[in-house]
Amino acid sequence: MSAAALTLTGVSAGYGGQSTVSDISLAVPAGARVAVIGANGAGKSTLLRTIAGELPLMAGQMRRCETCARMGYLPQAATVDRRFPISVYEFVAMGAWQRLGVFRRMSPSVRQSIANALERTGLTALSRRPIGELSGGQLQRARFARLILQDAAMLLLDEPFAGVDRPTREALMQLVDGWHAEGRTTLVVLHDVELVRQRFELCLTVDDGHAQLTPTVELLTLRPTSAGGNGTRHDFLRNALRA
Amino acid sequence: MNWLIDPFEFEFMRGALAACVALSLGAAPIGVFMLLRRMSLMGDAISHAILPGAAIGYLVAGMSLGAMTLGGIVAGVAVALAAGAVARRSALREDASLAAFYLISLAIGVLLVSLRSRNVDLLHVLFGSVLSLDADTLMLIAGIATVSLFGLALLYRPLVIECADPAFLRQAGGPGAVAHMGFLLLAVLNLVAGFHALGTLMAVGIMVLPAAAARLISDRLDTMLALAVAFALAGSLGGLLLSYHGDVPAGPSVVMSLGFIYLLVLLTSALLPRRHWHTGETTG
Repeated sequence: MSAAALTLTGVSAGYGGQSTVSDISLAVPAGARVAVIGANGAGKSTLLRTIAGELPLMAGQMRRCETCARMGYLPQAATVDRRFPISVYEFVAMGAWQRLGVFRRMSPSVRQSIANALERTGLTALSRRPIGELSGGQLQRARFARLILQDAAMLLLDEPFAGVDRPTREALMQLVDGWHAEGRTTLVVLHDVELVRQRFELCLTVDDGHAQLTPTVELLTLRPTSAGGNGTRHDFLRNALRA
Repeated sequence: MNWLIDPFEFEFMRGALAACVALSLGAAPIGVFMLLRRMSLMGDAISHAILPGAAIGYLVAGMSLGAMTLGGIVAGVAVALAAGAVARRSALREDASLAAFYLISLAIGVLLVSLRSRNVDLLHVLFGSVLSLDADTLMLIAGIATVSLFGLALLYRPLVIECADPAFLRQAGGPGAVAHMGFLLLAVLNLVAGFHALGTLMAVGIMVLPAAAARLISDRLDTMLALAVAFALAGSLGGLLLSYHGDVPAGPSVVMSLGFIYLLVLLTSALLPRRHWHTGETTG
């Protein structure tokens, strides 16, 4: 097992003083591809936002490996103002913020990185188009292109395939596969059990205020239990994954 | 061409033109960002809030440029922050909160000015006195335009990202709060400059109307900024000429001229094919 990219020890997270998930202890191996699964409202997004640093820890400790401090986070609800008059190219270029900051000029290498990101997401032909004229799937590709440019060692994606068509989902999933091949750690909130079964070796199951990291194959072989314990907690997940 | 040149043989017209040029260069680009951030109403509220602040400065120190300017800036910043805080922490939407603040500000301002002044002073603060600006006020307006242009250049990149995707800038560790607060301060400074020239009721006009006209015909930010400045300059010149030749008040003439440009662009753009804009906040 490789070194941990992310370690949570007794972590509780939530909003307004109310914890949504509590006492979470787990270690995500570096380079792992993790599906975050659970029912609606279970606390998956809260957990991801906490890991991303968007929400403060209510209790416990979180430790990220040195390189994993370079993190890319794709929230579930895009906060993009699609009426703002910028092109797809300019939108993707935002991903270079950490390299450019307030003053630095865009170097040829940054321009090349933007061109590469546009090409990998199939947006080269749309690069001059205003973001307001993109479809939902195209905008999601642009958000992924911006993530590519961030060159993050850890990527947190909250339901990145919600509402996109199958070809777009496959194209974006290939990017996730590519990040995995490059040794980047990815945590992806998903509801598509088929995708979890096929492409993710680890599952972070969030249910009833608790979370647990399990190899996907173990979830598939969990025995049902009639009362108490993790078996009951993950019944719905196991059933879904075995379907 | 005499109708164009002759009015500016008079010093007061040259002063008014200089003030309008400075305001166009400083306030019009701020107006573009204000429009894009859906803060036009906030601009209106801030410009009204400047009145009680300036009035307190007037009551304390008389017709002192420094005291009235400082009072206006403090009151403008206070209302901008207070309206945002009320909208975040109460059930009121931001537009209702802003409307409440600007009505209260205007009422307090008019009462304060009336306490120690004549009707003519009240008209000056409400509608400006662009034709009677002294050298110090002109220098103040030009100084604010200079600070505004440098400030906007400094804030440009984080401000654009903060407008287009605020959560991204926050997550990427960018100075979103600095960009927002810096922008608010620049807006207040320009509204104070506009207050001296065009009055509390008209100051926001040179900020918002050219920006709105530019938005109607461009979907590129750099083009919008250039167009807004050009419209503001054209509207100011037209307004001053109208005021001179028609013997009507200059402040309202300038704003009416800016409004005329906006309506003209609106009508023209209505005849052109519509662009399709997605309005959803979420992907999908």
